[in-house]
Amino acid sequence: MERRRERLDRGIKVRTEGLYSLTSWREMSYLLVPRIVLIFGLLLSPFFLEMYWQRVLCQAGIYALLALGFDFLAEYVGLVCLGGAFFIGSGAYISGLLNAKMGWSPFLTIPIATVAGAAISTLVLLPCLRLRGIYFAIISFMFPLLTVYIIVALNIFGGTEGITALATFPNIWVDQYLILGIVIIALFVLRRLVTEDFGLILRSIKDNDQAVKASGISITSYKTKAVFIAALLGCFGGAYLSHLYGWVGISQFALDYSILPIAATVMGGMGTLVGPVIGAFILTPLSEALRGFGQMRVVVYCLILIGFIVYKPEGLMNVLQRKYHQFEHWEEV
Amino acid sequence: MNILIYGTVNSIIFALVAVGFTLVYGVSRLPNFAHGALYVLVGFLTWSLVNDFKLFYPLAILISLGISAFLGALIYRLVLIRLRGMATSEIIASFAVGLIILEGLRLQGIGGFKGFIGPFYVLPSFIDSKIRIAEVLIDAQRLIVILGGVAVVASIWLFTHYTKTGLSLRAIAQDEQAAMMLGIDSDRAAVISLSIGSALAGLAAVIILPLGNVTAEAGYRILIHALAVCIIGGLGSWAGAVLASFVLGFSMIISTSLFGSVWESVVLVGAIILILIFKPSGLLGKQKELEERV
Repeated sequence: MERRRERLDRGIKVRTEGLYSLTSWREMSYLLVPRIVLIFGLLLSPFFLEMYWQRVLCQAGIYALLALGFDFLAEYVGLVCLGGAFFIGSGAYISGLLNAKMGWSPFLTIPIATVAGAAISTLVLLPCLRLRGIYFAIISFMFPLLTVYIIVALNIFGGTEGITALATFPNIWVDQYLILGIVIIALFVLRRLVTEDFGLILRSIKDNDQAVKASGISITSYKTKAVFIAALLGCFGGAYLSHLYGWVGISQFALDYSILPIAATVMGGMGTLVGPVIGAFILTPLSEALRGFGQMRVVVYCLILIGFIVYKPEGLMNVLQRKYHQFEHWEEV
Repeated sequence: MNILIYGTVNSIIFALVAVGFTLVYGVSRLPNFAHGALYVLVGFLTWSLVNDFKLFYPLAILISLGISAFLGALIYRLVLIRLRGMATSEIIASFAVGLIILEGLRLQGIGGFKGFIGPFYVLPSFIDSKIRIAEVLIDAQRLIVILGGVAVVASIWLFTHYTKTGLSLRAIAQDEQAAMMLGIDSDRAAVISLSIGSALAGLAAVIILPLGNVTAEAGYRILIHALAVCIIGGLGSWAGAVLASFVLGFSMIISTSLFGSVWESVVLVGAIILILIFKPSGLLGKQKELEERV
C-alpha cells in the first residue's frame, strides 16, 4: 500500500494573513509567540550560561551576523560569497588600528570600523559584481587569502603577530547584549527590507538580471547596495570581535569565518533569514566542543553542510515553519 | 631567455591545472570546487604509496589517478546529482567536499594518522638531471611539465573531437535537450566528465608536484588558478584557456622577476579584474557579455 503525506494549511494561518490577524488575541498570539520566543530566548540566554559559554554566545552572535549576510546575498541577490572572513578581517583591522594608534574608545571605533570596513569591502568587490555564481564565489573566496598573504609578506599592521592590547568592553554583560541586540535588530530589519520594493528588485536580479536591466534599473547599483548591507553586518562582527578579545590578527581572515556561516545558513534553511541565526547559535557551541581536535572542526562543519544540503535541503527553519503552519497526515493512495 | 623558458613552464602549469576544471564545467555546467583538493590528494596518495607501501613509482601514480577518478564519480553520484541546476547548492556542496578532503589531510592523531603537515612531502622527479638550453639551466622535470602539458591538452582535444564518448560529451555541453533526445545520458556524461576532470587534476599534480613540496594549502591556490584561467580565457573556448594560461604564466613570471614574488597573487587578481572591466566575456569567450556568466 502506497502512502503519501498530505499537508493542509491550518485555518488560523489563513486568518492571520492580513488585517484580520488583529481580530482576536488568539490570532495575534499565533503571530507573536514565535517571534517573542526567539527574541526573549536570545536575550535571556546569558542568565543560564557560565562565564565560558557566555563568551561562546558572543562568538555565536558574530557568526549569526555573518550567516545573515550570507543568506541575504545568496538567496536574495544571487551572490554566493565564500569570503565572509574578509568582512570580519577588514572590520577587525580598522577598529584595531583606530584603537591602537589613535586610542579611541571601542564605542567610537566600532561604528567607524563598521561603516569604513563595509565601504572598503564593497569597493574591493565592486569590479567583481558583474560576475554571478561560481565566479563571484571564487573571487570572494580569494580576497581573505590574498589579504593574509599581503599582510604577512609586507609585514604591515603587526604582521603575523597582529595588534595586541586593544581596549575591551567594561564587562561581559555589555559584550553579550551588544551583539545580541545587533543580531536581533539586523534580523528584523533585513526581514522587513526583503519584502519592500528594494528586496523585490534584488530577488528579480537573482532570478533574471537581464529583465531587470531591460526595465531600466541599474543592477550594479542594487548589487552594490546589497553587498554593502551584508558587509556592514560582517564588519560590525569583526570590529566587535577585535574588542571582545582585545586582539587583532591574521587568524581573523581564517576559513572558519567563511565556512561556518555557510554551514549555519544551510542548516537553518536558506532564504529564511531566521534559520541562519538559529543555525549559528546551534553550530558555534558544537564547534566549541570540538576545539580540541584542531582542523576536525572544519571537517565537521562540512559534513553537516553536505548532509543538510543533500538530504534536508530546506533546512531546519522551513521544517519548523511547516509544522507550525500546517496539519500533516498520512493518506493512502 | 630565462623569462621565456620559465614563463613557458609556468604557463603550461596553469594550463594543466585549469584543463580539468574547464572540462567538467564545460560539459556538465558543474563547478567542481573540489578540484584543488583532488590535486593535493593525489599528491599525498602518491607520496604515501611510494613511501609507506613501497610501491613502484609509476604504479603508485596510476593507482592514485584511479582513486581520483573514482572519487570524482563518487562526488557526482552521491552529492551533486541531487543538486543539479541549483547553482548555489552546487557551489557550496562541492566546495564543502573539497574542504573535507583538504582539511581532512591535516587532521592529526585520529587512528594513528599523523596528518600531512610540514614540508617533508616531496615527490621524486621522473628524471633527475639538468639540461642546458640556450644558456639557461633547466631541470628535466620542467621539460617533462612542458611535454606533459602539451600532450594532455592535445589528447583532450583529440578525445573530445574524435571519439564517440568525447563527442557525446561535447553534444551535452552544446545542447543538453537535443543530446538527450539522441540517446545520450546526461548523468552518465556528467559522471564521465567529473572522473576525467578529477583524473586530470591528479595528472597535473603528479606532473607538477615534483617541482616543490606537497602541502594542503596548495589546494586553494590551485583552485584559484584554475578559476582565473577560466575567467580570463572565457568559457567554452579551449584556445582561450590556453591563451589565458600563457598570459597569466608570463605576467606572473615577469612580475616576480621585477618586483619579487609578493605581488604574484596581486597580479592574478589584477588580471581578473582588468578582464572583467574591459572584456567580461573573457579573452576569446563567445558568450554575450553578462548572460552566460552563471
